[in-house]
Amino acid sequence: MWLKDSSVGRKFVMAISGTALVLFLLFHGCMNLALVFSEEAYNTICRLLGANWYAVLGSMLIALLVLVHFCYGIYLTILNRRARGNDRYAVSGKKEGVTWESENMLVLGLVVFFFLVLHLYNFWFKMQFAELTGIHTGAFDPQDGAAYVNALFTTPVCGQIYCVLYLIWFCVLWLHLNHGVGSAMTSMGLNNETWQPRVKVISTVVATLVILPFTIVVLYYFGMGIGALL
Amino acid sequence: MDGYINIKVRVWRQAGPKAQGHFETYELKNIFQGASFLEMIDILNEQLIAEHKAPIAFDHDCREGICGMCSMYVNGHPHGPDSAITTCQLHMRKFHDGETITVEPWRSRAFPVIKDLMVDRLAYDKIMQAGGFVSVNTGGVPDANAIPIPKPKADEAMDAASCIGCGACAAACKNGSAMLFVAAKVSQLALLPQGKIEAKQRAKNMLAKMDELGFGNCTNTGACAAECPKQVSLAHIARLNREFLAAKFSD
Ligand code: HEM
Ligand code: SF4
Ligand code: FES
Repeated sequence: MWLKDSSVGRKFVMAISGTALVLFLLFHGCMNLALVFSEEAYNTICRLLGANWYAVLGSMLIALLVLVHFCYGIYLTILNRRARGNDRYAVSGKKEGVTWESENMLVLGLVVFFFLVLHLYNFWFKMQFAELTGIHTGAFDPQDGAAYVNALFTTPVCGQIYCVLYLIWFCVLWLHLNHGVGSAMTSMGLNNETWQPRVKVISTVVATLVILPFTIVVLYYFGMGIGALL
Repeated sequence: MDGYINIKVRVWRQAGPKAQGHFETYELKNIFQGASFLEMIDILNEQLIAEHKAPIAFDHDCREGICGMCSMYVNGHPHGPDSAITTCQLHMRKFHDGETITVEPWRSRAFPVIKDLMVDRLAYDKIMQAGGFVSVNTGGVPDANAIPIPKPKADEAMDAASCIGCGACAAACKNGSAMLFVAAKVSQLALLPQGKIEAKQRAKNMLAKMDELGFGNCTNTGACAAECPKQVSLAHIARLNREFLAAKFSD
């Protein structure tokens, strides 16, 4: 199968799964932004999705995407290290225009994954999972998403630590996407001489747009938490 | 003004493909800065021979930047610290008095060391043999203007064709990928009408050969284009991806 056996095929799978995740995150971020305006509105969205068949199907699809992207990322990196060989250069000069993130995509991806697990425990486990199984895993009603967000991010000290952790997560994701989006476009063949500088800009803009709504929400709750402390 | 400098050269010495390599440091006195880098290695070899030591094996041929033989990783850069030139076009004026210059062979699994600084770059020839040509019967020499080709396309094909197959791209790549080379060789034909007929087969065969020979997966870091002595553009990699994907999807 060329999607597994050829290098461009593997890159194509990486690019498609990565792009699909970007689209999902844009959607996810827009929904979260509702929190800043009205917790009521956010909970309406939570109820709308909840454990309905389309939300469950969507969640499974996203889990599959993450799994594919994760496995391919590791597979790709192993193959690349093998291709590089065991002999390293004694002196390795800085290559002009090569970004740090582009050389550390696996590490950045793994950090993103680690935070993802934490995030699923924080929210998914207490919301969709609780609703599906009927097991009470959290302190609030599974459909009261806003209550969970509030509790996680505003509870004194612990909440502020969570805010910082999530902000670190967004920064790491930004780095992953700052290279990833442009790389995905090139892997899909969507680049040329004229578009090269533009693709770089698109990459940075998309990476920023992805983390922006999440960052706004976390900063908003950080401010609330601090405000309550004072 | 070019003067004379004293330098130390730290060179990778390896007796054979299977032997354990190591660095040796040699001192060189009064090297003229107008000399080329390879002339400096020649002087060093004369000195080694006079001392009854084995000279350093290194590849070179044209010494004017067109054959692509002079593969050396100098101070952490393929073809040395200067940009857009080959090692043979590098001059000693790029180095200063008292400097220690580190010279290593290409280090990539698909380019095994033969001896000292000499590596086996046959892998690139094998990729060329897999499809880097036009095999259709073109008849007699046609009139130069018989096939109209837009100037930007002709220019881009020419830029791709400037690749000399030196191997610096794969040598510089953290993934040991030969994508820039393969992209240049696919592009120089894909951009022209003569290359269109076999375009699909070419993209598939050359890429399959590259994968088979153990080169890595491109992650678009751009180290290749930054170090390419002919400044072959990264944009060709996107074209190779496009050609390959189009060929696969039309199957
Ligand atoms: C789950 C943990 C993750 C791991 C282990 C991981 C790992 C990787 C690796 C190794 C690459 C290849 C490097 C490259 O092509 O430059 C990559 C590319 C990419 N990743 Fe991730 N990643 C993860 C999560 C994510 C997430 C959550 C997103 C999107 C929101 C994402 C989007 C992308 C994109 C767009 C690319 C570029 C694809 C391409 O180069 O063709 N990744 N990832
Ligand atoms: S693309 Fe550039 S670095 Fe690679 S083989 Fe051709 S000339 Fe050398
Ligand atoms: S010796 Fe021919 S390119 Fe350097």
